[in-house]
Amino acid sequence: MEIKVLGPGCANCHKMEELATQAVKELGINANIEKITDIARIAMHGILSTPGLIINGKIKHSGKPLPSLEKVKEMIKAEAV
Amino acid sequence: MLKEFADYITYTLLKLESTGHLGEALNFFIYDTLKIFLLLTTIVFGVAIIRAYFPPEKTKRILSHKREYLGNIMAALLGIVTPFCSCSAVPLFIGFVEAGVPLGVTFSFLISSPMVNEIALIMLWGLFGWKIALIYTGTGVVLAIVSGIIIGRLKMEKYVQDYVWEIKAGTGEIVETTFRDKLVYARDYTAELLKRIWPYVIIGIALGGIVHGYIPTDFVVKYAGRDNPFAVLVAVLIGIPLYSNAAGMIPVVQALVGKGMAMGTVLAFMMSVTAISFPEAVILKNVLKMRLIYTFFGIVAVGVIIVGYLFNAIL
Repeated sequence: MEIKVLGPGCANCHKMEELATQAVKELGINANIEKITDIARIAMHGILSTPGLIINGKIKHSGKPLPSLEKVKEMIKAEAV
Repeated sequence: MLKEFADYITYTLLKLESTGHLGEALNFFIYDTLKIFLLLTTIVFGVAIIRAYFPPEKTKRILSHKREYLGNIMAALLGIVTPFCSCSAVPLFIGFVEAGVPLGVTFSFLISSPMVNEIALIMLWGLFGWKIALIYTGTGVVLAIVSGIIIGRLKMEKYVQDYVWEIKAGTGEIVETTFRDKLVYARDYTAELLKRIWPYVIIGIALGGIVHGYIPTDFVVKYAGRDNPFAVLVAVLIGIPLYSNAAGMIPVVQALVGKGMAMGTVLAFMMSVTAISFPEAVILKNVLKMRLIYTFFGIVAVGVIIVGYLFNAIL
């Protein structure tokens, strides 16, 4: 599974990455988490407000406030099938 | 009811003189703090539910390939309800331009969105009444429309960083959410916002209390009153570097109005605080060349100054 966390390095972007890492760990899923901090590349992915979360090429979340850990797990599970 | 509570604490419980400076300042502080936080919590929650229906992706789609005038008007209005944070100004700008939103229309959005925000509105409503809040909203929207049209007419596309035009962004599909999701969003949004701004609000109200109790009226009338022709200009200049503290500014300004600061000067100051900021300029440098940033800030600053003089003359 391909997970992308997109954000230029704000506090919320770090939290988003932690959430994704934690969710993957708790679900025991084999996933590759990539962090994208370059502003042009963030825009290229169609993210308008950061932080963004993209799973298998689909935008699952963008902007503040951040989703809960449970919500992130649900998003990952939905793509894992 | 809030007034009685504030009176009870200051005059009955603490036995302070209602005519003394300290009693007056403390009473003012308790009353305003209660009122503002009550308003902030309830209204921000309501606004957040509305916002959940207008994610930036949707706004971008609506504004894509819209023409001058109609596009500017819609952008300024959507700016009120679309959540915006200057930290996301760059991806948002690129996303808009890439989707075919004209440059002038994009600027109408970029001006209205931070300026006409719910915090400024709630604070203005709570401390100055709904008429001033409405005047602020109306003027802010008009300013965003006109500034956007001017920037569009100036044909400044060449002052956007070149790489922006080469980006091919993904479609940015809208994340589907249920009403339940929207309520959760509104709750989290409100909690996060209160957590971020409460110290500024408290400090602002405390400073307002001090102004209210201690600063002499003649002093304020002399420097910020209607008869000082430079008051608007100075207020706008002071407002430029003050940014994230908009929530804290209004209580101080309210106390100054009580002492004779003119209303047009207040409006110009608030708009300068919210619409023009140095951190935003630094962020925008990623996508705009300096000439366009200067033009953008210049037009907005002139507009805000006009607003100030206009309302000093008619209010």
